[in-house]
Amino acid sequence: MSTSPSTLFDKVWDSHVVRKIEDGPDVLFIDRHFIHEVTSPVAFLGLKTRGISVMYPNRTFATADHNTPTINQHLPVQDPLSANQLKALEENSAKYGISHWGLNNPKNGIVHVVGPENGITQPGMTIVCGDSHTSTHGAFGAIAFGIGTSEVEMVLSSQCIMQPKPKKLRITINGKLGKGVTPKDVPLFILSQITASGATGYFIEFAGEVFENMSMEGRMTVCNLSIEMGARGGMVAPDETTFAYLKGRELAPKGEAWDKAVAYWKTLKTDADAKFDLELNYHADNIEPQITYGTNPGLGTGITHHIPFAKEVKDGEASYKKSLDYMGFHEDDQLIGKPVDYVFLGSCTNGRIEDFRAFASLVKGRKKADNITAWLVPGSHIVESQIKEEGILDILNAAGFQLRQPGCSACLAMNDDKVPAGKYAVSTSNRNFEGRQGPGARTLLASPLVAAAAAVTGKVTDPRELM
Amino acid sequence: MAYDKFTILKSTAVPLPIENVDTDQIIPARFLKATERKGFGDNLFRDWRYNSDNSPKQDFILNDPTYTGKILVGGKNFGSGSSREHAAWAIYDYGFRCVVSSFFADIFRNNSINVGILPVQVSPEFLDKIFKNVIGDPSTELEVNLNDQTITIVKTGDKESFVINGYKKHNLLNGFDDIDYLQSMKEEIGGFAAKSNY
Repeated sequence: MSTSPSTLFDKVWDSHVVRKIEDGPDVLFIDRHFIHEVTSPVAFLGLKTRGISVMYPNRTFATADHNTPTINQHLPVQDPLSANQLKALEENSAKYGISHWGLNNPKNGIVHVVGPENGITQPGMTIVCGDSHTSTHGAFGAIAFGIGTSEVEMVLSSQCIMQPKPKKLRITINGKLGKGVTPKDVPLFILSQITASGATGYFIEFAGEVFENMSMEGRMTVCNLSIEMGARGGMVAPDETTFAYLKGRELAPKGEAWDKAVAYWKTLKTDADAKFDLELNYHADNIEPQITYGTNPGLGTGITHHIPFAKEVKDGEASYKKSLDYMGFHEDDQLIGKPVDYVFLGSCTNGRIEDFRAFASLVKGRKKADNITAWLVPGSHIVESQIKEEGILDILNAAGFQLRQPGCSACLAMNDDKVPAGKYAVSTSNRNFEGRQGPGARTLLASPLVAAAAAVTGKVTDPRELM
Repeated sequence: MAYDKFTILKSTAVPLPIENVDTDQIIPARFLKATERKGFGDNLFRDWRYNSDNSPKQDFILNDPTYTGKILVGGKNFGSGSSREHAAWAIYDYGFRCVVSSFFADIFRNNSINVGILPVQVSPEFLDKIFKNVIGDPSTELEVNLNDQTITIVKTGDKESFVINGYKKHNLLNGFDDIDYLQSMKEEIGGFAAKSNY
């Protein structure tokens, strides 16, 4: 490694380059690889066609999450195509000796929830998965990003992928988040400032007091949404919060290995004079609870604001109007009071215990609004158990909510959890694209608190008014 | 999967002047349930192309027989969102071999090259010129020359260069892929893995 000042990203990236190709990508070694049922079958088929095998099966972990049902998981999966993908994952994992956490395994859950909670995700690692929200794992100071199926095949067969090194962007936010402002609101705010393509070509480091004072789960939410900014990923420097979260987790280092690991992890920070290709700075005082109104995550604003006029946004006017038409919204509409039909709490963005605690804190002692259909989907069985053990389930049930079983669910609506055409969903997930939550579904992305406020009032409501 | 070599592509084009075309539009998640790479072209732009009763939406460009060709021209930030390679498979399976835009999302760009589609990034001004010419005259041909790294609007002679790194260019010109390359360096990778911290 060079002795000139370098960034956290440089340190991790450079220590994983097996070979630099002149006028080409770097050959990057991958420490951990997650696979799921949707983007892996064709990669395994490729191995078979070429007659090659898995190089390091103990570096890959399989979990079923994308198409799994969120009720009656003990019964056979009804959809034959989904069942076939789940079977393929199980068989391929068994064939090559890969750990497989399928449905009903106590460790099963959304790939980006189970990786961290079992200690697989660690600072300084390179981590990939055939899923764009792999950026979540950057919360630990790892370089983590989503890949395509051809690249899944590369990692299985050679533990490497070929990537040009991205440019470096640092986003610094100092100050203290106000009442009712959660980690989710921070990336939604950044998105509203830089658009959904503002960080394309970059890898982000999130720095400053807001991220330093954030829990690991909050940092995961932030890094999760870095892909929505166009970045391959985002990361936060590991610190005592990171080490405290990891210590004692099943696959984290133990004993002497732990001490040695922490000593190394403490070196993983950006040097004082290191240079970034781009720096952006914001202040926490300017961030209020956010909500999106359009069909990409960059089209959001503070919940007390009105929908901007076309001339105020960076997207082209035609695309912006198409977006508002799809949503059934108009320029200058007030967001507060907009009707809501569905509320979705869950996903790799906001399906962790802190998200359920936040949601429960607001619905406690209130009742679900009659016009709302609510889907509350924990990110994993471990989260589900915590919800029960902490008494959160009792609070939710008393307020008229039911808990479903873990999975990606309505975030991408591959299973039966689809929002009907024309209906409005306040969703804690990550994408409000046309049809993302079901054909014709209209998604408003927001935090668990904003989702809870909508769930009990039946419309878009500022959660601060209920706190 | 090795693919056909890409050298010069001269073809009419299909214009899709929409920004932020995300991979959920290119292929919605409910069509990702196959375990083999075939048939994805049928569901390319499914919800823009078909009504809920599966009848074609007449106003969508792929249902307009006036516009055909092996080149798809899209607005800024094409291919954002999910990492699903199925999006690139669907575009390839439908018959496109090149996508032109003023800006591509990173993962989509990688996925495209990995399946044998050439992503050509042009300036916003040149993209406008292509849209004007192609929309105004559907018989307008574009010529994409990978070796020279140029794209030309044939009838006007307007030409612009595009960037691609030498390694990827060599792969596309010869129909090689990254997996072939990585297989050839497994010993070096093994040595690297032996020293890994993790």
